[in-house]
Amino acid sequence: MKRATWAELIWAGVIAVFAAIWPFISNGYWLGIGVDVMMYVALATSWVLFSGPTHYISLASAAFFGVGGFLVGSGMSDYNASFWSMLALSAVVGALLAALIGLATLRLSGVYFVIFTLGLAEMIRNLVSWVQNNFLGSRGLYVLTDFTDKHLYWMLLVTASAVYLLGWIISRSRLGFALRIIGGDETVARHVGINTAMAKVILFTTTGFFGAIVGAIIAPRWSYIEPNQVFSPQLSFFVVIMALLGGSGRLWGPIVGVIPFLLIWNWVDANFPNQSILVLGLAFLLIVYALPNGVVGRIEELRARMRGQS
Amino acid sequence: MIDILVSGLLLSGTYALVAMGLNLQYGVARIMNLANGEVLVLGALAAFWLYTTSQVSPLLTVILVIPVSFIGNWLIYRFLLTPLVRRSKTQGALEVDSILATFGMSFIMIGVMVSIEGGFFAYKYLSEPIQILGSTSSLNRLVAFIVALIIGGGLYLWLNLSRPGVAVRAVSVSTEASGLVGINVPRMSALAFALGGTITAVGGALISTFITLDASIGVVFTMKALIIVIMGGVGEIRGSIVAAVILGVVETAVATLVDPGLTLASAYFIFILILLFRPQGLFGRRAT
Repeated sequence: MKRATWAELIWAGVIAVFAAIWPFISNGYWLGIGVDVMMYVALATSWVLFSGPTHYISLASAAFFGVGGFLVGSGMSDYNASFWSMLALSAVVGALLAALIGLATLRLSGVYFVIFTLGLAEMIRNLVSWVQNNFLGSRGLYVLTDFTDKHLYWMLLVTASAVYLLGWIISRSRLGFALRIIGGDETVARHVGINTAMAKVILFTTTGFFGAIVGAIIAPRWSYIEPNQVFSPQLSFFVVIMALLGGSGRLWGPIVGVIPFLLIWNWVDANFPNQSILVLGLAFLLIVYALPNGVVGRIEELRARMRGQS
Repeated sequence: MIDILVSGLLLSGTYALVAMGLNLQYGVARIMNLANGEVLVLGALAAFWLYTTSQVSPLLTVILVIPVSFIGNWLIYRFLLTPLVRRSKTQGALEVDSILATFGMSFIMIGVMVSIEGGFFAYKYLSEPIQILGSTSSLNRLVAFIVALIIGGGLYLWLNLSRPGVAVRAVSVSTEASGLVGINVPRMSALAFALGGTITAVGGALISTFITLDASIGVVFTMKALIIVIMGGVGEIRGSIVAAVILGVVETAVATLVDPGLTLASAYFIFILILLFRPQGLFGRRAT
C-alpha cells in the first residue's frame, strides 16, 4: 500500500459530494442498490485499511456487522433504547471485540488470525442464539424507525467518508509508515523497533469499530432482526472479494471493486440463483490467478509499461 | 460421564483422521487448504448418493473414494496450486494466495454439491444401538471409529517406516534441506497434498454414516480440523491424535451438558486457550 496523496483526498471529496446526490435522482430499486454499494464501500474500505498494508486476510466483517445489527435489534426491542445510543454502543462493542481478537491472534503468525476469523461469525451467531433462547426468551427483535433508504444511504455515505478520511490520515502518519514496513517484512519491522503487534491491533480495532457501525445502520432496513440473517458469513467473503477485486494496494481500490461486483452479483442472483455460489468461487479464482493486485494494480502496471515504452 | 467419554472418543477417531489429512496438506505441502471441509463433505455426498441410489455400502464407498479423491487432489495441486507455489517469494505470500485460491475452490465445490443434492444427506446405515462399557452408542459410530483407526494407523506406520514416508516427513521439517539431500520436493508435496485430501474424503464418507451433513456445512469441519492441527502442532501426527481426542470429548461434553448448538463455541474456547498459552501446539516445537 502506498502513501496517500492530497490529490487522492480531493478526488475522494468530489466523488463523495456527487454520491450524496444519488437519492435525489433515483428511487426504489436503484436507491436500494445505492444503499448496498455504500454499505460495501464502507466495509471494504475499512477492510483495506487493515488488510491492505499488512496482507492479513480478515474474515471477521460479518461478525462485527452482525454484532452491530443484533445490538440495535436487541436494545431497541428488549430495552427500549434509542437507535442512536445503540449505534454508539455497537461501535464500542465492535471495537472492543476486535481489540480482544487482535490481542489474542495478531501476536502470532497471520494464519492463526485468518483461521480465527473464519468461523467467528458462525460462532458468535451460535452464542447469540443460545443466549437468546435460554435467557432472553426467543421473542423477535424489531427495529422500527422513521428512516427510509434515503436516510440510511446518507448515514452510510458519512461512515464511508469517515473511514476513507481516517485511512488517509493513517496512511500519512507514523503508524501508516510502520504498517507499510510490517507488510514489507515483519522481521525487519520488529528489528527497527516497531511494536508490530500493537500497530496491527490498533488498525484491526478500527475495522471492528466501523463494521459494527455499518451493521447498526443497516438494521432499520430489515425491521425484523434474526441472528441467522445478520451473521451471514457470506458478507465477509463479499467484502474480501470486492476489496481485492478493486485492489488493496490503494485506499480507494475497493471503491472500484464494489460497484461492478454488486451489479454482476445481482444479475447472477436474479437469473441463476442456484449457481450464485459458483460465481463467488470463480471470482476468488479470478482474483488469485488473473488479478493478484486487483483492477487498480493492473491499470497501474499497464500505465507503467506504457511510460516505459514512450 | 462415561457416556460422554465413550461418544467423545468414538467421534474423535474420525476427527483425528481428517486432521491428519489437513496436517499433511499444511505441514508438508505448505498449502493452507480452506477447502478441506468441502472435500470432506464431497466424501460424505459420495457415500450418501451411492447408498441411496444403488445401496452401495458406505464402507465400500470408502474404498472407491480413495483413488478418485487421490487423483482429484493431485490434479488440484499440480495444476492450480503449483503455479502459486512457484510464484510466491515468501511463505507468507503463499499462504495468502493459497487461502484465497482454496476459498474459491470451496465455493465451487459447494455450488456443484448443491446442484447434486440441495437438502440434507440423510440416510440410515448400521444405526442399531450397541453397548460399550455400559453406555449406549450406535454401531455405525463404532465401525467408523475402527475404520478410522485402521487407516490412521496405516498412515502413521507408512510415514514412520517407509522410505517415501520418511521423505514426506523430511519435507515437513525443511523444504530447502530436503531438496539438498536429493528429495524431489515438488513431487513429495504433491503426494502429501493428494494423500491428505484422500484421507479427508474418507473421513467424510465415514462421518456421514452417523452425522447428517449438508452441502454448506464444510466450513465447520474446516474450522475443527484447523483447530485440531494447531492444538496438536503443525506437522505433528501424534499431536493431531491427542488434540482430536480432546476436541471430541470437550465437544460431546458441551453438547450433552449445555447445548448442542454450542459445539463450535467450545472448539473456539479451546482455540483461544491454545493461542494464549501454547501457540506452537501441545507437541510442537517453539519456533526460533
